[in-house]
Amino acid sequence: MTLDDILAGLFPNGSDIGVAGAMISGTAVLAGAGLVHVLGITRGQPLGVDEAIVLARRVIEIIKSGDRAPILFLVDSSSQRMSRRDELLGLSEYLAHLAKALLLAEAEGHRTVGLLYGGSAAGAFIATALATGTLVALPGAHPAVMDLPSMARVTKLPIDVLKAKAEATPVFAPGLENMVQTGGIHLVLDDQSPLAPQLAAILERPQAPDQRDRFGAERGGRRKAAEIADRVVMLAASAPQGAQHG
Amino acid sequence: MTAATANTDSLSWYEASARQRIDALVDPGSFVEFIGPEQREMSPHLAIFDLPEQFDDGIVIGRGRLDSSPVFVAAQEGRFMGGAFGEVHGAKLTGLLRAARTLRQDVLILFDTGGVRLQEANAGELAIAEIMRAIVEARRAGVNVIGVIGGRAGCYGGGSLIAGTCSRLIVSEQGRISVSGPEVIETNKGIEEFDSRDRALVWRTMGGKHRYLIGGADAFVDDEAQAVRQAAIDALEVTRGYGVANLEAEQSRLERRLQRFGAARDAVDVWQALGIDKPTDIPALPTDAFLAAANNRENADDAR
Amino acid sequence: METLSFRLSASTRAGGTRMQAIVGVVASGNLEVLLERAAPADSCMIDITTAAHGFGAVWEAVVRDFVDRRPAGGLRISINDGGARPDTVALRLAQGVRKIEEPER
Repeated sequence: MTLDDILAGLFPNGSDIGVAGAMISGTAVLAGAGLVHVLGITRGQPLGVDEAIVLARRVIEIIKSGDRAPILFLVDSSSQRMSRRDELLGLSEYLAHLAKALLLAEAEGHRTVGLLYGGSAAGAFIATALATGTLVALPGAHPAVMDLPSMARVTKLPIDVLKAKAEATPVFAPGLENMVQTGGIHLVLDDQSPLAPQLAAILERPQAPDQRDRFGAERGGRRKAAEIADRVVMLAASAPQGAQHG
Repeated sequence: MTAATANTDSLSWYEASARQRIDALVDPGSFVEFIGPEQREMSPHLAIFDLPEQFDDGIVIGRGRLDSSPVFVAAQEGRFMGGAFGEVHGAKLTGLLRAARTLRQDVLILFDTGGVRLQEANAGELAIAEIMRAIVEARRAGVNVIGVIGGRAGCYGGGSLIAGTCSRLIVSEQGRISVSGPEVIETNKGIEEFDSRDRALVWRTMGGKHRYLIGGADAFVDDEAQAVRQAAIDALEVTRGYGVANLEAEQSRLERRLQRFGAARDAVDVWQALGIDKPTDIPALPTDAFLAAANNRENADDAR
Repeated sequence: METLSFRLSASTRAGGTRMQAIVGVVASGNLEVLLERAAPADSCMIDITTAAHGFGAVWEAVVRDFVDRRPAGGLRISINDGGARPDTVALRLAQGVRKIEEPER
């Protein structure tokens, strides 16, 4: 689906959403949910310092408005911008800053929903889609940490071997289904049904703690993460032993 | 309880293993590991690639005392799989941060990582997202999360984003912080964009001195474990919390950085714009002289 | 990966009171050695997982020599090997028994 199709499907009564360069920003009214802030990165563009700072500013403005309205973050990007300038200027801080803004918005009472409708990879994926409270996707979305040809180069394995291994496990290869199975994506929307009620239903759910590792365990794509994290929490809460001998 | 006494032997942070770093950092004998190597919680995914596993999956986590105060500590082993985040490795840190939030106990993360472990890339990427969320939630509960960066593998990829969510960062000259590594930039954008074999370029673009000068790190220390320990004790003196005010302050700080240095082509141009007398001398300066020259650096204070 | 297991009789019990020790790291040409007091006092069990295939005879020679020369009785030793040379293996094993003998702090 194109961005226009998605916006028309979500907000059939119209919206006030602008696209400037790689960035989406505006507001709309969702039937059954009211005002929704819409933000995003589009056209498969990379996320660099210049884009991240603008998106973060917008999120901060929304938090400061105090309206507690949901934020819909649309994502069709490539990876972080790979350039000498971006790294010289401290890209990691800009991407983390955007992620923190989204995480804080959720904590301050704005539901944050990511909608992955195209690509996204690596640092851009972490700073946007994966920093929302609930991440959903449309069929055809294609998240990746790294594409298979690059992965083949780094792991020094032939691409056919990698493809064969990818059949056996969802844990490393790119793709929507793998990201669903490992728990990163909450659900995939049905693009044959009206989108607005599907988004409204997601917004009706109460805010929850991070459940991605649990989804990964239930769906069989990430069987260990939740159990390990839980065990650490339990061990950390048990009375200190040995420390008093220090 | 006896007074806390530090190990006094000199130890290069860069050269040390994860376990040596923890031993040198916390009060002697105070460290208790969670899910230690005897539990054999290894990666379930490396066997698919016929790669060797490590008993602790490349990260040591637990509780200890720092100058008598209780802390949680996590240390990545940069020599195993480049210190990269996999499913188990990441979940150990996620669990530690979730515990820190509940128990209101500060955390030290000793980074040494190339980023996501490609053999379990999806699990590693999600672990990083979970860790970042856990850090923000812990900080909102008043927990300090201090990052230390000075290991062999640096702090790259998703690791650098985690570092960007910490309340304070301590770096040494060897501590490189960057999202895309030199080789990644060169492979994708060509050698004209970034020559990964030009080590001086790597150090001055991503290294600890540059990060400290632009406000990307809060404390600059010698490559020495006792210097790291003292900086960590200092960093934990103030409890900072986290809210919209911090976010706004960081927004201003990062906007200002783009305005001041956005047109710079090289780190030396940035250092010149900072008003440093002889910017080309910066890479060669010993710590004392560097800190004196860094007097007018951009300072993050609480804008992090 | 190749796995190897050795059950050797050991004349001298490992000293000290620590229950476990770990040395080394899994990297190219390196290995980690985990020592646990989990075997009968007169024997030493050694389990190896190695990235280098076909070196069983070399491993056997190295671990037999180790158990003959060092106090290794009562130890269960587990090794993850990234393809270390025999002299590196011998060095790590020696470091391991020294470490488990260290007084507890």
